[in-house]
Amino acid sequence: MKKRLSLENLGRAVLFLAILAAAAVMLLPFLWMLSTSFKEPKAVFGLQLQLIPNPIVTDNYKRIFEVLPFGRFYWNSILTSASVTILQLVTCSFAGYAFARLRFPGRDALFLGYLATLMIPGQVTIIPNFILLRMLGWIDTYQALVLPNAFSAFGTFLLRQFFSTLPADLEDAAKIDGCSHFGIYRHVILPLSKPALSSLTVFTWLGQWNSFIWPLIVINSVEMNTLTVGLRTLQGQYNTQWTLLMSGSVLALLPVLILFVMAQRTFISGMTLSGMGGR
Amino acid sequence: MSLVNGKQARKRRSATERREIMAAYGFLTPNLIGFLIFTFLPVFVALLLSFTEWDLLRPIQWVGLANYIRMFTNDPTFIKVLKNTVIFVAVTVPARIVLALVVALALNQKLFGTTFFRTAFFMPVVSSSVAVALVWQWIFHADFGPLNNILWTLGVGNPPRWLTSTQWALPALMIVSIWQGIGMNMVIFLAGLQGIPAQLYEAARIDGATPWKCFWKITLPMLSPTTFLVLVMTTISSFQIFDLAVIMTEGGPANATNTIVYHIYRNAFQFFRMGYAAAIAWFLFIVIFAITLFQFRNQKNWVNYDL
Repeated sequence: MKKRLSLENLGRAVLFLAILAAAAVMLLPFLWMLSTSFKEPKAVFGLQLQLIPNPIVTDNYKRIFEVLPFGRFYWNSILTSASVTILQLVTCSFAGYAFARLRFPGRDALFLGYLATLMIPGQVTIIPNFILLRMLGWIDTYQALVLPNAFSAFGTFLLRQFFSTLPADLEDAAKIDGCSHFGIYRHVILPLSKPALSSLTVFTWLGQWNSFIWPLIVINSVEMNTLTVGLRTLQGQYNTQWTLLMSGSVLALLPVLILFVMAQRTFISGMTLSGMGGR
Repeated sequence: MSLVNGKQARKRRSATERREIMAAYGFLTPNLIGFLIFTFLPVFVALLLSFTEWDLLRPIQWVGLANYIRMFTNDPTFIKVLKNTVIFVAVTVPARIVLALVVALALNQKLFGTTFFRTAFFMPVVSSSVAVALVWQWIFHADFGPLNNILWTLGVGNPPRWLTSTQWALPALMIVSIWQGIGMNMVIFLAGLQGIPAQLYEAARIDGATPWKCFWKITLPMLSPTTFLVLVMTTISSFQIFDLAVIMTEGGPANATNTIVYHIYRNAFQFFRMGYAAAIAWFLFIVIFAITLFQFRNQKNWVNYDL
């Protein structure tokens, strides 16, 4: 019995070491990025592998704000991600409430229309959307970054699914008390839906922050670059200056990774709940 | 409700019903307008566009099925990107699923430091793929990158030239995509594993089943609905590979890492062939739809919903 137990412990130790090695592989690219960003530009062409920079320099971080308006990129990313997230939370929770809790003619057909578009890859709609924004003269504007993403069918679906699971009792009580539909939405449904709303917040905000193809298409000028497209611009101009590219990457990742490590649980449950479509 | 005041009740309800309908449309309108303009109608506009030729300057021209025919008869690059994407999907989807399952099974053993490991594996999921593509481009650098440096140290005399080699560039992208994709599937599997009742394992242990047998007879069947979900999601996302190809290789060398979505992007926004790009986008949609449909049809053969 004792022997078996120690064998089991040995197994667990091996498993632990294996998973530790795998986790190291997952983390090494991040460490390498961080390490390179603190190296002297010529140090990266040495033949000796150097994980800890020698000497440690911060010049890359100073230079990057000189070669490109990185502060502006931050602002553009923050502004678009925040606007899209807030607009989606409002419009999707409105529509989700109507689909989940109200009866009106055409409800099921409309909802089916929403569902059907969930299957369609984004590449199908970007071409017509680009043409539309071009006709409106909105290329290279914040509207172009924000508006097409502000009314997500997915967000509506996610919240509708969650709202449908809420018990009707509270709603009925509120109705008897003479509460309006908006009152029920505001004071009954929303407070009960914090998990779903925070899922959608994480999912949308992250999706926008990291979004690449859409800003790449609708943004031309450097000042309107979001962080992702800004990194692409940086790459276009300094494609062999690894220390500069890595400091840019660190800057782009830092806010997300800090938030992620701080609110790890919220992020993971938000991403998976959304990834699974609220199931 | 008694019969006597039934009629009255119905009348009163129809007034509240009307209010409910008005409220519903009020709640729906903001989203519906945006949904129609930016999602629903564009799908059909794209379909119409796919039967035309248009460079945004000259008048639009109806060309019937010419764009769809051209893909397969007069665009060798399209055949190449199709092949690349299919190979990419065929390798990365199973790898992302199997490796994620292995990690999830390990983390489900309640090891020391589970939270740390979960965070480590999930970090690539929340990271911008542009930023991680940049560091991987540097890692794969044939002369000064750390990967080949390690390979030299290990005695590999002539390591692959990775991103500049037509043979190794696509595998390099696959490695990054797998690294990026494990975390998401892992947490979904972890949730699935935690949903399997512990009594099943206890009963099996009493019957003398080995852990290996438990895995095949309990874990895998009980997990199959989760696996199905992961399979569908991973397949769809894998077909849409774009960011890595743009940043790491720009589709090169010699189209070795060019993908369907990159081909759509180039045709639409660099060559301004709106009609042709829309046709490829619709083709991609049809392929993804057909595969998803097949997966749903096929699930009865291996997915267990009533265990």
